[in-house]
Amino acid sequence: MVRFLAFAPLVIAAAFGGFFLWGLDGDRDPNAIPSVLISKPAPEFALEPVPGLDTPGLARADLAGAKGPTIVNVFASWCVPCRAEHAVLTALAETEGQTLFGINYKDKPADAVRWLNELGNPYERIGSDQTGRAGIEWGISGVPETFIIAPDGTVLYRYVGPVVGDNAVATFRAALRQAGSLPVDGG
Amino acid sequence: MIPEIGHFALVLALALAIVQSVLPIWGAARNDVVWMQSAVWSSIGQVALTGVAFAALMTSFIQSDFTVVNVVENSHSLKPMLFKISGTWGSHEGSLLLWVLILAVFGALVATFASNVAVHTKARTLSVQAWITVGFLSFLLLTSNPFDRVYPAPPDGQDLNPLLQDVGLAMHPPLLYLGYVGFSIVFSFAVAALIEGRVDAAWARWVRPWTLAAWVFLTAGIALGSWWAYYELGWGGWWFWDPVENVSFMPWLMGTALLHSAIVTEKRGAFKSWTILLAVLTFSLSLLGTFIVRSGLLTSVHAFAVDPERGLYILALLAVSIGGSFALYAWRAPSMEGGGLFRPVSREGGLLVNNLILAAATGVVLFGTLYPLIYEALSGGQKLSVGPPFFNAAFIPMMLPLVFVMGLGPFLSWKRASSRHVALQVRYVGLLAIGFGFVLWYALRGGPVLGYVSLALAVWLLGATLREWAFRIQLFKVPFRDAMRRARSLPRAAHGMALAHAGLAVAIFGFVGSSVWKSEQILFVTPGTEITIAGFDVTFTGAEKVRGPNYIADRGALEVRRGGAEVTTLFPERRFYPVAQSNTTESAIRSTLAGDLYASLAEPASDQAGANGAWTLRILYEPLVNFIWIGSVLLVIGGLVSLSDRRLRVGAPGRRMQRAPTVPAE
Amino acid sequence: MKRLALYLFLVPGAATVAQAVEPDEILADPQLEARARDISRGLRCVVCQNQDIDSSNAGVARDLRLLVRERLVAGDSDDDVIAYVRARYGDYVLMSPPLTPATFALWGAPFILSGIGMVFFIALTRRQGSAQTRPLLSDDEEKQVDRFLDRGSEEDTS
Repeated sequence: MVRFLAFAPLVIAAAFGGFFLWGLDGDRDPNAIPSVLISKPAPEFALEPVPGLDTPGLARADLAGAKGPTIVNVFASWCVPCRAEHAVLTALAETEGQTLFGINYKDKPADAVRWLNELGNPYERIGSDQTGRAGIEWGISGVPETFIIAPDGTVLYRYVGPVVGDNAVATFRAALRQAGSLPVDGG
Repeated sequence: MIPEIGHFALVLALALAIVQSVLPIWGAARNDVVWMQSAVWSSIGQVALTGVAFAALMTSFIQSDFTVVNVVENSHSLKPMLFKISGTWGSHEGSLLLWVLILAVFGALVATFASNVAVHTKARTLSVQAWITVGFLSFLLLTSNPFDRVYPAPPDGQDLNPLLQDVGLAMHPPLLYLGYVGFSIVFSFAVAALIEGRVDAAWARWVRPWTLAAWVFLTAGIALGSWWAYYELGWGGWWFWDPVENVSFMPWLMGTALLHSAIVTEKRGAFKSWTILLAVLTFSLSLLGTFIVRSGLLTSVHAFAVDPERGLYILALLAVSIGGSFALYAWRAPSMEGGGLFRPVSREGGLLVNNLILAAATGVVLFGTLYPLIYEALSGGQKLSVGPPFFNAAFIPMMLPLVFVMGLGPFLSWKRASSRHVALQVRYVGLLAIGFGFVLWYALRGGPVLGYVSLALAVWLLGATLREWAFRIQLFKVPFRDAMRRARSLPRAAHGMALAHAGLAVAIFGFVGSSVWKSEQILFVTPGTEITIAGFDVTFTGAEKVRGPNYIADRGALEVRRGGAEVTTLFPERRFYPVAQSNTTESAIRSTLAGDLYASLAEPASDQAGANGAWTLRILYEPLVNFIWIGSVLLVIGGLVSLSDRRLRVGAPGRRMQRAPTVPAE
Repeated sequence: MKRLALYLFLVPGAATVAQAVEPDEILADPQLEARARDISRGLRCVVCQNQDIDSSNAGVARDLRLLVRERLVAGDSDDDVIAYVRARYGDYVLMSPPLTPATFALWGAPFILSGIGMVFFIALTRRQGSAQTRPLLSDDEEKQVDRFLDRGSEEDTS
């Protein structure tokens, strides 16, 4: 018994050590929070269009009505990384025919209009979320975040942070392929 | 040139440490006194060399030498001199260098002052200490060189995080490290004992002063960090159960257990393998703290530059040192049993309860701190949070019985104590504590029952501690003069224990008072706004811009009156540091024993309020909060008084023998 | 140690750097406000590093504080409000992990560890007790021993 107990500290320390080794994996982001929405229906929300833009507003119903999977991007003009991400999303929408919706998060409408006029507007619909309440419904933790929604309105995927850089773009495209909105063999 | 000297000194120190990690222990094996004695000089050499390296880095900071990467990243030419100096240990690299320096200092202290320790044990201990030094020096040199240069040099530095530019926080890491690293000596002693396969009362006596010293530093370091959080963060909290706080708290809990179990090993020859285990665990938890803070493994509010490569290196160090010592323990410990017999109600029994509760509480804090990681690993990426509600709910109820036993423990005699006898001695204190709880409850009504229970227990602990001390010196039973003479002849350790136990009781008043009966107001203020809080009438008279050496600040003024009479004026500041592009809150506090009036100021979040010239004022009244710091100071003083006990003095036996004839029986 | 909230993406300029609960969020009803503060202290800010929304400066924390208050005013119970936030952000936002099979080990730890401690105490003292097979001392002798031990402990105590 004593002999067995004397090994207990070693065994416990080794177990903790195993978890530490696992935790040190470079791909693990200690700050990432998994979304609870995955495989669940997208949340109920209805947002007015951004005043001063021709683009229509965005609501839950628009997601389910779409012909294929849709991309919902949460953005704001004050968000610096969104500027870099904008080009990636524009390419996806305009050259690869993806359906792109936007949620303009806690932004002044005039700033959003100026921003979209300057960079171009790839969004089919944009809902203006001035209070941030729709953001909470979506469980976002920051801007930008990007979701992929199935035609039946189920949330398939969430990307936190800007889809910028080779790794991020590859990850995101893989998710799009899995959703069936990009051909499997395509780049 | 200076940084290169520092770098070179570190390389030499590593070479010396490597020699010391082999020669003395080999010497001990072949009974070669010269080889064993070599540890003395190599220890001193390491202090000199790491001291040179540390001085070199500090010089680079003082001179604002922006060709050194570390200085660029953590300093700025306009920073006040004190914070240039404290910037030396403000970064990962610099703090690690400080860690290594302290490691060397402790080794050299043992080498030069521990003259009563058996030659073989000392040689083995110093070799083990050198193993740790080799590990950390190589880590420093290979992954975190503080002397790296940058060309071309940038015109100015990026500044140390303004929050850290604070006198309290400048002193916090050195004290904390003195504590963490101080336990390394105890660890080395334990490993040396495991290698020898023998633990006796003499060993326990050698170890106790070092444990006590490390514990004193760690207590001071934690208290200082907590005090800093209290006055600097602007919302009056002093403990957040953040992982980084927890990892400093766990070695403290274990070290406290070790302090007490070493007494049993010393006096009664019992708890041998347990004391060894605690010695190993205490330092292991210090190492774990270093690992967690520097690897970015857990989400914490504390930010050190995080690097998985460094994390792996420390993990490897942990695996070797902790794994190795536990393996040694598994091999040697079973043959170490034995020791005096004792009854459940006895001094040993009381200290055993103390140890088991402290160990269980440490286990809870450890498990709670690491649970998010464990859960994430086992659930495949799911996350959860373990925050203050868990720790408060789990930890506080475990501490209450400990405080109860703390009051009783000193009354218990070794081997077996009479419950009746002890009960007779403490009955009035017990009644006083219960009465106090009920009267307070009747007077205040509000607040959780746990608050009243905790306060009653604090009264119990304070009363029982004083009662026991008074009993020892026969206060009021013999003429006062005789009592004082008895007090003088009482071992210092007994005074130290009384002070430390009383200190904890005092601190509990602060913990409870400031958590349970805190009052708070948050409001927009414009010049002329009047607030009433905790009997004070406060008037905001306006804010003005002031300019500091490396910041600009808005300084508000609050006139505080009580019953019409002017009390004081508070000047909370909101500082902006242009170089670091960040804000800090400098709260203004009026401290009294009864409580703190605490004010902090910020720009309002709503643009509308801001446009009207309003400020967000947060004003708090924290009853009894200063008892936390007073209690902490008593804990530290108690430790120091104990440390000055001549029986514990490092060279004690020899000196005592010399002195014995000249000192008449006290 | 400071809530070095890395507002990773959520920094609309330095202008929004505010301090935790703001005066304009506070509800007029002190009881509701006290409940709101309690709930907020139990909810974790999702963009901060280990901080509750009550003391966080982040924008999304402020939104959540407002949401908590709005729902309380609408008549939700504390549990309803917490369930609402949990449904959107998951268990992660609960500072106090809910008691589920996933957290049995965590919540059980204090009991298990205390239990192990008690077993140790009993095992150690019983083993020693059984070794002492002498008959108990008489009361008188016991007093003598006590007196002796007390004196002993005076000279040689911890």
